[in-house]
Amino acid sequence: MQRSPTRLFLERLFRRRLVLIAALILLVVVVLAVFAPLIAPYSPTGMRVTQRLRPPSFTNWFGTDEFGRDVLSRVIYGGRASLGIGLAVVVASMVAGTALGLFAGYFRVLDAPVMRLVDAMMSLPDILLAIFLVAVLGGSAGNVVLALAVVYTPRVTRVVRSSTLVVRELPFVEAARTLGVSTWRIMTVHILLNVASPVLVQATFIFAYAVLAEAGLSFLGVGVPPEIPTWGTMIAAGQNYADRSMWVVLFPGLAIVLAALSLQVLGDGLRDMLDPKLRKSL
Amino acid sequence: MALAQAPLLEIDQLEVEFRTETGPIVPVRGVSLRVDAGRTTALVGESGSGKSVTSLAIMGLLPRPFGRVLAGSIRFSRRNGEVVDLATVPPRGMRAFRGSEIAMIFQEPMTSLNPVLTIGEQIAEQVRLHLRLGREAAKSRAVDMLGLVEIPDARRRADEYPHQMSGGMRQRVMIALAMSCSPRLLIADEPTTALDVTIQAEILALIDRLRRENDMGVLFITHNLGVVAEIADVVTVMYAGEVVETAGVRDLFHHPRHPYTRALISCLPEHALRGEDGRRVVQAIPGSVAGSLDAPGCKFAPRCVHAVDACQAAHPQLDAVEPTHFVRCDRWRAL
Repeated sequence: MQRSPTRLFLERLFRRRLVLIAALILLVVVVLAVFAPLIAPYSPTGMRVTQRLRPPSFTNWFGTDEFGRDVLSRVIYGGRASLGIGLAVVVASMVAGTALGLFAGYFRVLDAPVMRLVDAMMSLPDILLAIFLVAVLGGSAGNVVLALAVVYTPRVTRVVRSSTLVVRELPFVEAARTLGVSTWRIMTVHILLNVASPVLVQATFIFAYAVLAEAGLSFLGVGVPPEIPTWGTMIAAGQNYADRSMWVVLFPGLAIVLAALSLQVLGDGLRDMLDPKLRKSL
Repeated sequence: MALAQAPLLEIDQLEVEFRTETGPIVPVRGVSLRVDAGRTTALVGESGSGKSVTSLAIMGLLPRPFGRVLAGSIRFSRRNGEVVDLATVPPRGMRAFRGSEIAMIFQEPMTSLNPVLTIGEQIAEQVRLHLRLGREAAKSRAVDMLGLVEIPDARRRADEYPHQMSGGMRQRVMIALAMSCSPRLLIADEPTTALDVTIQAEILALIDRLRRENDMGVLFITHNLGVVAEIADVVTVMYAGEVVETAGVRDLFHHPRHPYTRALISCLPEHALRGEDGRRVVQAIPGSVAGSLDAPGCKFAPRCVHAVDACQAAHPQLDAVEPTHFVRCDRWRAL
C-alpha cells in the first residue's frame, strides 16, 4: 500500500508513545480553548458571592474561587488567553527571528552586527528582560506578546542563521543562481524551505516557554491585567487563598504544567524525527 | 560555416584574482578561448588549473567580494545580435543572462537540486521566471522539458522529489532545468564525473543532441580526455591558470604540440606502454600543479621532460602553429 509522506511522518512521530500522549493532551487543551464558550459550564466572570471558595463538587468540578466564579470555566477560558498569547508570541518571534536569521546568515556583512545584538539580548535573563519591557510598555495582553516576542526572537535568529550558513553553501543554491534566480527568491524559497524543520522544532519550544513566561509575568503582576482570566492571573489572584482552598491554584497550575510539558515532549519528538543525528530510538 | 560568424563567446586574456588572507592569488591568468554557436569547446585541465573559475567568471559568479576579474574581456553575442563584455556587466545586470542566455550544469547531480521542492516545481520556477508563463503553462512546460531529456513517465516524475531519483536521472533534470529557457550557451562543468560509464555516455549523447537541435554553443569543462574525444569540436587545454594549447579536436589528438598535452594523452589507458614483464603500464605525469607558480618561466617546466634552462627563465607566449592551433611552448618547433 502506498502511504503518503504525511501519514508516514505521523506514524514515525507517534511511534514513541509519550509523544502521542503529549499530542493528544495538546489536542484536548486546544479544542477546549477554541470552543470555550460552548464547553465551559458557566461564565468565567459570573460572580456568586454566596458560593465563595467552594471545594470541587458535581456542580463545580474544579470548585469556585474567592468571588464564587467557576474554576473549571475559568481554566477553560484561561487556556484561550494563555494559548492565544503563546501562539502570538510564537508567530511574532518566528517572523522576526527568521527574517533576521536569514539576513545575518546570507549576507556576510550583516552577520556580525545582527549576531552581536542577538548575543547581547540573550545575555539577559529572559524573564527579567520581559519584566523590564512590560514595565516600560505597560501591562496589557498586547504588550506581553510584544515583550515575549522580543525575548524569544534571538533564539530563532540563532537557529535560522546557523542553518542558513550551511544551506547557503550547498550546490543547489549556486545552481539556482546560475539559472538566474534572484537573491530574494533564493532566500525566501530555496533557503527558507530548507531551514524550516529546525525552526518548527524551536516553535514548539518557544510556545511552551511563552505559556510559562506569561504565567510568570502575570503571577508577578507585570503581565496581563487581573480582570482577564489567564492561567497566570488565576494563580496570581488565588495565591492568598492557596493554603485553605488549594483548588484555586491547583487546576490552573496543572493546566500550565500539562500544556508546557506536552509542547516540550512534542518538540523533542519532532526534533528527533527531523534531525537524524540526534535520533535515538528508531 | 559557424566559424565565419562572430563567435558566440570569446574570452580574451582573462585574468581573475582572489584576495586571500595570505595575499592575492591569480587562479586564472591569460585565458583565451572561443565557443561558436552549435559547436562544443572542451576546456581541459587537471584540478586547480582554473577551469571552473573561468566558468564562474563567465557567469559573473566569482565569490564576492574576494574574487574579481582583473583584466581581459568575455565577449558574448546576445540573442538580439548585440555583443556584450560580460566582464564589465554589473552583478545585477548578469541576471538577464543567467538561465535565459547562458545556463550551467554541474558535477554534483545529487546536490544541485533543491531537496524540498519537486522536480516539476523547480523547472516550473525557472520557466515562470524567464518566460513569464502562468502556473499551469509552466507546469506543462516542465513536463515537456522532462520528456525532452528522455525521462520516461515525465508526468509522474515531475511530482517526485530529487531523492527519489538516481544520479543519472538527476543530471537529466539539471539539464532540463538548464534547457528550459533555450539558452544560447550551455556551460557544462564536469557533468558526467559523478556518473558511471554507461550513464555518462547517455548524458553526453543527450547534451550533444540538444546542442545540434538548438544550435547551442557548449563549453564543456572536464579533466577526462576520453570524453573530450567524443564530443568536442575544439579543445582548449589549461595548465596552472593558463591556456597551454588550443586546437581542433583531431589536430589536438593527432598532433599535440605542447609537452603537457602530449603527456596527458599518453596518460590515457589505451596509450599505455608495455612494461618489461609485458604488462601494460599506464603513464603518469610526475609532480603536481602546486609549486613554483610565481616563477618567471614556463609553468609546466618543473614537470616537463623536455625542459631546458631557457624554459625556467622566460615565460612563453601563445604561438600559432596553424591559424586554428595555438601552443604556449617556446620549444614546440624542436619537439
